Amino acid sequence: MPAVSENQPTQSMRAIGPEAFTPAAARRLLWRAGFGGTPGQARTLSEWGPERAVDFLLEYDAIPYERDDDSSFSGSIVVPLSEQEQRQLARARQGGDEETVARFRARRQAAQREDRKQMASVQRWWLARMIESPRPMQEKMTLFWHGRLVSGYRAVENSYHMLGQNNLFREHALGSFAGLLHAIIRDPAMLEYLDNKRSRKNAPNENLARELMELFALGVGAYSERDIKEGARALTGYSYEGNGFVFNRNQHDGGSKTILGVRGPLDGDGFVDAILAQRACAEFLCWGLYRFFVADLPQDFKRTPGWAKAVIGKMASTLRRHKYELRPALRELFLSEHFHDPALGDEKIKSPVELVVGAVRSIGAPVRELGVLIDALDLMGQDLFNPPNVAGWAGGRAWINTSTLYARQNTLTYLLTGETPEGERRRARGGHPFDPRSLASGLGVPAKDTDLFASALLGHLLGEAAKPLRPQRERLVSGMLREAPGMDGIREAVGLITALPEYQLC
Amino acid sequence: MSIDLHNATTFTRRRFLTTGVTLASCAVTVPWFVQGSARALAQSSKGLSSVPGRPDERVLVVLQLGGGNDGLNTVAPVDLSAYHNARPSIGLSASEALRLDPRHPIGLHPGLTGLKSLYDEGLLSVIQGVGYPNPNRSHFKSMDIWHTADLSGVGQGWLGRYFDNQCRGEPSPDPAMGLALGRKTPLAMEGREVRPLSFETSELYRRTASDGGALDSAYDEAILPGADLDPGSPAAYLMRTAMDAQLSGALIRGAVDRTPTTEFPRTALGRQLAMVAGMIGAGMTTKVYYVTMSGFDTHAGQGGVQGSHANLLTQFGDAMRAFYAELRAQRNDTRVLTMCFSEFGRRVKQNGSNGTDHGTAAPMFLAGPMARAGVLNEHPSLTDLDDNGDLKFTIDFRSVYAGILEDWLKADAFETLGVRMRPARVIAAE
Repeated sequence: MPAVSENQPTQSMRAIGPEAFTPAAARRLLWRAGFGGTPGQARTLSEWGPERAVDFLLEYDAIPYERDDDSSFSGSIVVPLSEQEQRQLARARQGGDEETVARFRARRQAAQREDRKQMASVQRWWLARMIESPRPMQEKMTLFWHGRLVSGYRAVENSYHMLGQNNLFREHALGSFAGLLHAIIRDPAMLEYLDNKRSRKNAPNENLARELMELFALGVGAYSERDIKEGARALTGYSYEGNGFVFNRNQHDGGSKTILGVRGPLDGDGFVDAILAQRACAEFLCWGLYRFFVADLPQDFKRTPGWAKAVIGKMASTLRRHKYELRPALRELFLSEHFHDPALGDEKIKSPVELVVGAVRSIGAPVRELGVLIDALDLMGQDLFNPPNVAGWAGGRAWINTSTLYARQNTLTYLLTGETPEGERRRARGGHPFDPRSLASGLGVPAKDTDLFASALLGHLLGEAAKPLRPQRERLVSGMLREAPGMDGIREAVGLITALPEYQLC
Repeated sequence: MSIDLHNATTFTRRRFLTTGVTLASCAVTVPWFVQGSARALAQSSKGLSSVPGRPDERVLVVLQLGGGNDGLNTVAPVDLSAYHNARPSIGLSASEALRLDPRHPIGLHPGLTGLKSLYDEGLLSVIQGVGYPNPNRSHFKSMDIWHTADLSGVGQGWLGRYFDNQCRGEPSPDPAMGLALGRKTPLAMEGREVRPLSFETSELYRRTASDGGALDSAYDEAILPGADLDPGSPAAYLMRTAMDAQLSGALIRGAVDRTPTTEFPRTALGRQLAMVAGMIGAGMTTKVYYVTMSGFDTHAGQGGVQGSHANLLTQFGDAMRAFYAELRAQRNDTRVLTMCFSEFGRRVKQNGSNGTDHGTAAPMFLAGPMARAGVLNEHPSLTDLDDNGDLKFTIDFRSVYAGILEDWLKADAFETLGVRMRPARVIAAE
C-alpha cells in the first residue's frame, strides 16, 4: 500500500510498569493477543498487571479447554483409486467403455460433493472455536500460521487434510517455529497444495522449495534460483498416502546438493535446517508476526520503516536466542513500551475474522448462523481454508475497498439485528435483536448520564482509533441516547458506532 | 480473582454442524442510503454522456490472467520441432492449432475459438514475446512488476499514476475513474491520490442498516469529508473509502442491473465482462476497468488440446467474444480497448507432472476495433534460451504500456511510467 502514516512510536522494548497497564491498554492487548474482550475482562487483566496478564494469555496450556470434538469428521471421503481400479479405468478408457468411465466419474463427483459439505462443517467448527475458546491466543496463532504457511482447499480438495493442517498449526501455535517448519514438509495438505506429491527424482517440482524460502521462511532475495533447484531435489520423495506422510525412497534424489551454502546429500530436513541457519529467517518471521500483531506495515519487507525495523530486529534476536521458541519473543513484545505506545493504537485494520469474532466477544452479540458468518467472511475477503494464493491474505489496507466496507457494515448489522433481507424484502431470520444489557452494565457507568456513557461506550468499541474525531462522535452518540432512552437508544448507538470507518481499526 | 475467556454462552454448541445457510441470499439488503445516494446521483449524472465514440471517452479494459498463463500453449509455435521436442505429451500439433498469419509459425490453442473469431474480424492483435529484463519467477514479484511497471516491483500502480496525473489540480477526482471488479483492489490501479472503486456484485453494494431516516442522517453526519485525521493514517484511508462507497452506490447499481442483449458465458469472467459492458452502456465516465481471471498456475496435469489449461482458455476466449458482441450491439465497441496479460509465461520444457513451471516471456493480446490487428513482433527463439531454459523476451511490456498510454489514452507515457520507453505501435492508425 502506498501511504504510511508519519507516526514515530518509541522503539523501547522495556517492559511497561503496572501503572501504565490501564484497562484501555488491557483492552488493546485482548484485541491483539486474541479477539477482543468485554469491559470486565479488560478491567480484570489491568488489575492483574502486565506480566500476569500477558502470561495468562500466552501460557494457555494452563487453561483447561475441553477439546472440541472433531472426531465426527471423516478421513475416508476422498479415497484415491486402488491400483486395480486404476487399471480398470485405463482399460475402459482405451476400449471406449463409456459406461465404466461414467461410473468412475460419478463416484468421484459424489465424493467431491460430500467433501465440500464436510469442508463447510470444518469452516464452521473453526469459527466456533475462535469464538468460544478460553485460549484465544492459540486460535489467533493458528490463524496466523494459516495465512503464513498457506494451503488452500480449492487445490487440496480434501477437507480432512485441511483439518489436519489446522490441527497441526494449533498444536505448534506457540511452540517452536523450527518444529513447525520440519512438520510442514510432511503435511499432506501442503504436499498436495505445492505439488510435491508429483515431484519426481528425475523431474523435481520446484513449487514447495521456492515457497518455503520465498514466503514461508526467508523472503525474496535471501536465496538464489539455484537454491530452489537444489532444494527441490532435497524434497523429492516427500509425499503422502491416504492421510499420512510417506517418504518414497526410490523417488528421492540422494545425491549431493548445495543449498544456502550447506553442502551434502541433503534431504527435506537438511534443507529446512539450512533455511533455519540463515540469519534472514528469524527476522522474516518476526516481520510477519509484527504485521499480524502490531501494525500494518508495507507488504514489501524492504520498505519497513526504521522504527519498526529496530523492534523487529530485537524480536528476532530474542527468537534466535531461544532457538525459534515463539513465546519469549512475543512476551517481550506484548509487555514492551513500544507495543503499548498509543501512537500504534490506530495502525491496524481488523481482518474479517477479527471483526466477526471480535464483535461477538467484545459486544456480546449473538452468533446467529455460523454458516452465514462463514459466507460473510468470504465476502469480506477472508474465505477460511481458502487464502487467495500461496502468499496468504495481504492484510492491512488490502482488506478494505468500497465493496468490502459495505460487507463489513452489513455483517455487523446482521449480528446486531439478525435481519437478513432476501432480495428486496427485508425479512427477519433468527429473530431477536441483540440485548445490550450486559454490555451496558459492564461499562460501569450509569446509562442515565448520557455524556459519560457515550464516552465509555465509544472507548470500549473504538479504543484509541481516530481520536481527533472522538468529540464529534461523543456528541452524536450522546444525542442518540437522549433521544431514545433505555436499551433501544443503546442498541442504535452500537449500530452506528460499528458502522463507523474507524470501527475497522483495532 | 479469576477470569474466564471462554465464550460459549452466546450460541448453541452443536449448531455449526447443522446449519449451512448461505449469505448470497441474505447479505442483500434493502433501502439504500437514501439521502447520500440521491445527492451522489444528482452530482455524478452531470458527468454522464450518451454520445458514444468520442475520443475523449475512450475506455481501457485490463484483463489479468493470474497464475502465469502458458504462452507457448496459447500461441503455440506448432511449426517448430523444438516446440514438440520440449513438450512431448502436452504439445499441440500443427493440425490442431487455429492458424493465424501464415508468415508466422504459430497457431492459437484450439480452445480459443472465441479469440480466433475476433482475430478473423480484425479485432485482435497478438503481441509475441512480451517480457522484461532479469525476469522474476515469483508470481507475486512478477505481478508487482507488471502492475507498477517498475522492474523492482515497488511503488504505485501504473494506472494509478495515470489517474493521479489526469486529476492533477482538481480538488475531488471522479470516484469512478478506475473500477476493479472483484474483492481485491489491484495494485496497478492504486495511485497516490486516486484509488479505484471495486465491487463484486451490485446487490451487495449497499448498506443494510438504513432506515431512510434518523439512523441515516446520523451516519451521514459521521462520514466527514476533510476530517481532522493524519491523511496517511489508516483511519483517513477508511474514511475516504466510506465516502467513495456512499457516492458511488446508487450509480453503479443502476448501471450494472441493465440486462445485456448478448448472452455471456456463465463463467466468472463472463459475468465480470457483462457487468463492464453494462457500465459502459450506461455511460459511466470510468476510464479504466480491471477484471481478472485466475487459475493459470498449471504445474501439473495441464493437458493439451483438452484438459485444465484448455478449459481456462475457452472460458477466456468465449467471454471476450461475447464482450465485443455486446459492445458492438451498444455501438460502443470502437471506444473500448482490452489489454490481456499474465505475470509470466511458463518454461519451454514440460515438467515431470505433465505441467509446466514458472517461465518468462509470453504473448499479450489487445482486442477491439482500434487495436492494430494481426500478429505483432517476433516470436522468441525456442533454442536460444536463458540459463533456466526460458524464453528471452523480444519486447518489453512497458513499451506496450507506453503505446497504449500515448496512442489510446493520449497521456504522456514518460510521465506515467517514469522511464523512457519506445511506444510500441499497437493502436490502429486513425
